[in-house]
Amino acid sequence: MTVFDTPILAEQNQLNDARPRPEATTEIHHDAPRKLSIWRVSDFLSMAGALAAALSATTLIFTVLAPFGGAIGFIAIAYILFLLTYALLVSFDETWPVVRDRVFSVLVHSLAVIVFATLVFIVVFSIVRGIDALPHLNFFTEDMSLAGPLDPLTKGGIIHAIYGTLMQISIALVITIPLGLTTAVFLNEVPGAFSRFVRTIVEAMTALPSIVAGLFIYATFILILGLDKSGFAASLAITVMMLPIMIRASDVVLRLVPSTLKEASIGLGADKFNTMWKVTLPTARSGLVTAIILATARGIGETSPVLLTSGFTAAMNFDPFHGPMVSLPLAVFQFVKSPEPSMVARGFGTAAVLMLVVVILFLVARFIGGDTVAKKEARKAQRRAVFSGLKRASLAVAHGVTSLADKASQRTTSRNIASSQPYSKETN
Amino acid sequence: MSVDIPRKLQGASDPVDIVYRGVARSGGIIVLAIMLAIGVFLGARAWQAISQAGFSFLTTQAWEPDAGNFGIAAVLIGTILIATVAVCFALPMALGTALYISEYAPLKIKRTLISLVDLMAAIPSVVYGLWGFFSLQGSIVPVARWISANFGWIPIFAVDGYDPADPLSTTTVFTSSTFIAGIVVALMITPIMTSIMREVFSQAPIGEREGALGLGATRWGMIRSVILPFGVGGVIGGTMLGLGRALGETIAVYMIISPVFVIQPHILQNGASSISSLIALKYGEASSFGMSALMAAGLTLFVVTLIVNFGASAIVSRSRSGASS
Repeated sequence: MTVFDTPILAEQNQLNDARPRPEATTEIHHDAPRKLSIWRVSDFLSMAGALAAALSATTLIFTVLAPFGGAIGFIAIAYILFLLTYALLVSFDETWPVVRDRVFSVLVHSLAVIVFATLVFIVVFSIVRGIDALPHLNFFTEDMSLAGPLDPLTKGGIIHAIYGTLMQISIALVITIPLGLTTAVFLNEVPGAFSRFVRTIVEAMTALPSIVAGLFIYATFILILGLDKSGFAASLAITVMMLPIMIRASDVVLRLVPSTLKEASIGLGADKFNTMWKVTLPTARSGLVTAIILATARGIGETSPVLLTSGFTAAMNFDPFHGPMVSLPLAVFQFVKSPEPSMVARGFGTAAVLMLVVVILFLVARFIGGDTVAKKEARKAQRRAVFSGLKRASLAVAHGVTSLADKASQRTTSRNIASSQPYSKETN
Repeated sequence: MSVDIPRKLQGASDPVDIVYRGVARSGGIIVLAIMLAIGVFLGARAWQAISQAGFSFLTTQAWEPDAGNFGIAAVLIGTILIATVAVCFALPMALGTALYISEYAPLKIKRTLISLVDLMAAIPSVVYGLWGFFSLQGSIVPVARWISANFGWIPIFAVDGYDPADPLSTTTVFTSSTFIAGIVVALMITPIMTSIMREVFSQAPIGEREGALGLGATRWGMIRSVILPFGVGGVIGGTMLGLGRALGETIAVYMIISPVFVIQPHILQNGASSISSLIALKYGEASSFGMSALMAAGLTLFVVTLIVNFGASAIVSRSRSGASS
């Protein structure tokens, strides 16, 4: 028996629009969209019935029959009973494939609910536990050098860790962005056996466990070269970890640039460099920014490479090259190791700040990454309407194709071709 | 009629392009040098320890490098156990969530859910560790006790030093176990697995979906006959990528387990181990030779994750769904 055997009731089939519906004729002039909901009263009834049966049976089991304990046990048993009863109830009215459909629908929905509820709970949990520390202004303006483990939350703060995180990620980005983007460009623009080899190695390195990246920097910079544990060493460890992630993401983004755009540019007489600089990179810009920001979010949150390389300090250290410099994840890790409740509260507060930073970065990435060409054009049109006179010149520069056409060697020809494209209207 | 000699495809080499290619290539060379340096350096430093320990490096269950008695048997198996527990929990959760987002979720919240999953993949591991240590541990211990009391006859669920018949027996033997660390790691890898699986499911051809529905399949029938066969490569590949992450996870595991250096096959019992937490635990006090031994452990971990990741990408790219991407 296959899943296709049984015809399904018309209400269930979303795509079955061909059948004329008598009541639809009266509404037709309203153009009301047909309701695609597949729920019927009997569905609600069987679900409610199964829920009631499962809850009462579980309560009976827990209170009378067997001395189980714990909320998780209750929910688990109630859930299994609910599934069984629900399948039984549905099987009274429906055929076997429909019963299977209903049961799996419940399963998929509940798995999704469990995952999202747990993940949201994890975030909310650390924010709620950190709420004790967060309202104190000193938490954001002082370091921990004068605050002992027994001091109340009105003393000490995490400004040193915030500064450390910003410093370390900035150094890491200064190295990673140019190197990563150049390599991604190399992988796309200079094809051959060598770039395939580099791509394979980079993909292999995305598997590098972050603690091993930290161990590498620890063994080279600190043990062999004899340098201090410092913010710079931590930045290098983060760099080693972020570089493959960023190269891989930007490589994918650059590959998505339509080759017709590049061919048009080369056909207009531009060289490879100008094609890359004025066509490929601007087209892929939002994707590249997303790649950078997502790699940054990963880099900021990593604890293990920093744990090995940056050292730990309770005081502010402005110099990334000398002396230990603590970052937010490492501060969380150190705070919650303490048995003192105020230190644990500081740890949760720090975690909340760290998460806030990650979420902000992520939202920025979403905002930029979600920018489609159409949206961008709409915004530009709006701006054009407001500052139409002033913006004309700069817009011409902003459009890669147009400005490229201007620079191409055969000026007149390219101008003629470019002017047939809607982009370059304002130059003519 | 003259013979058609293929035209040479060599473009005129502009001086700008020569410089540009040179810069791009040098970027590639620098990255390659860094990456190879890590591999070579790890290998070279690890060699000292591996050559001294020989084959016993893989079979010894202890970590006393300065006494010459060290090996990764216990920590490697501990790592694999934690990762296995994690994948056992994460696979159904990720599969269900991915199916929900791609097949069941209303269009209005679909984009939000996708963003939420991606955001969760970026949440720092130390936050998951906090949750595992301060919240999960307390509520999961009764479950572990129940499993042990009822399924203790299965060897991996057995717990030494706990007698279900004795109501006063302590439950601390159930804390800091492989099981709890595995659940925390499971939640860390669920988002990345979900995101890969959802991506693959959403590529299932619309014609085949509509064909199944048009032939009268239920929604689950359509999923069974179209979506899952189409996306099976993505499911396996995503799971293996999650496994690779789980193997290398450090901080959350380090916060939860209490380290032991013997093989601990009882996943519910206090005491677990993993290579990455071994490194985090021992690097500070390691001598030069101890460092070499830690490098060897790190190298082993790297090789294992490398094999898993390459396997994953091979499966994804060979499957029908991955061929286009």
